[in-house]
Amino acid sequence: MKANKSNFINMVLTLTIIALVAAFILSYVEQLTKEPISRAKDTRELEAIASVVKEFDNDPFAEKLTITSANKKQKFELYPARKDGVINSYAIKTFSNNGFGGKIEMIVGFLMDGSINNFIITQSSETPGLGTKISDEKFKSQFRGLNPNKHGFKVRQDGGEIDAVTAATISSKAAIDAIKKAAKAYNNFNTGNN
Amino acid sequence: MDKTSYQNLTRGIISENPILVMMLGMCPTLGVSTSAINGVGMGLSTLLVLIFSNFAISLVKNIIPPMVRIPSFIVIIASIVTVVDLLMAAYLPGLHAALGIYIPLIVVNCIILGRAEAFASKNNLWQSILDALGMGIGFTIALTVLGAIREILGNGSIFGLMVFGEDINPILLFIMPPGAFLALAAMIVVFNHLRKGK
Repeated sequence: MKANKSNFINMVLTLTIIALVAAFILSYVEQLTKEPISRAKDTRELEAIASVVKEFDNDPFAEKLTITSANKKQKFELYPARKDGVINSYAIKTFSNNGFGGKIEMIVGFLMDGSINNFIITQSSETPGLGTKISDEKFKSQFRGLNPNKHGFKVRQDGGEIDAVTAATISSKAAIDAIKKAAKAYNNFNTGNN
Repeated sequence: MDKTSYQNLTRGIISENPILVMMLGMCPTLGVSTSAINGVGMGLSTLLVLIFSNFAISLVKNIIPPMVRIPSFIVIIASIVTVVDLLMAAYLPGLHAALGIYIPLIVVNCIILGRAEAFASKNNLWQSILDALGMGIGFTIALTVLGAIREILGNGSIFGLMVFGEDINPILLFIMPPGAFLALAAMIVVFNHLRKGK
């Protein structure tokens, strides 16, 4: 290969052309994939919701409600699940900023008496193999059937009833924090509207 | 296959293995090798990007002035990674959910830029693809083995299957960052001993 000489003009020209071609390709691919990506995201979200609520035959997305925390600062999305027109459970999209790797997003499913049916972590940056174990059945099953308004939901180290994931107490506490936020926001929504 | 092609293909797997011999891409290596499946995921994503980037750079190598080749390569690599990321998110959402977190990391993986600079900018298209394939496979194997070692010792499982039963306490250290250094160092010692012993 014979290297061509670098001079001011061909350097500027080459970089400009490369940047332009890259920008063109990227914007084209972005346009092309925008729709499929948002569709895939919706499917994933709907699957996540379906995994935490009871059987439903409505479209939870269409009935989406936005609820707020008591101080109106935080907004949560609530998706009701209906079977034959009757709401049997609801999913709340919630989050915690106290995770070991920052923000944890999850969807919590509640039954109508306010107890937890299930939850699923939708987005987190927890340590793989440690903090990510908050998605494991062993950790999740401790919450099922409990009502965040009646139980303290504290890890055992703080005198509570939840076994934190070994070596991932911070992630466990963040998961609890997110669940409590969702429950509180729902309470606020309920009392505000009745 | 002639001798040069064969050498270019196998070099990345043993004699110039990117992790175990050249010690390139240490950041993703240490960071994501917490389990065998993570190793496979990161390895295959890197393999894919490596093939595309060597391909693209080998094509344009003669028109880029030498003094601006590094910035040009970086723009090309970053664009390829973004395109792969977007296409995967759109058409293979399941795979993207599993590998998605590693893909942006590939941009900062010096193996890609290293091969672009050291190989693809000096060799023809076919040899560059062979080189990318070899390097990618070598990277994937090393990363998977490292992930497997750390997963067995640190979590008591391999590819997510428990091997020792629930009541054995694993050595948690190996899942955490210090364990990555220890396991990698042990692997490099064994690998290079075997390699030089031949």
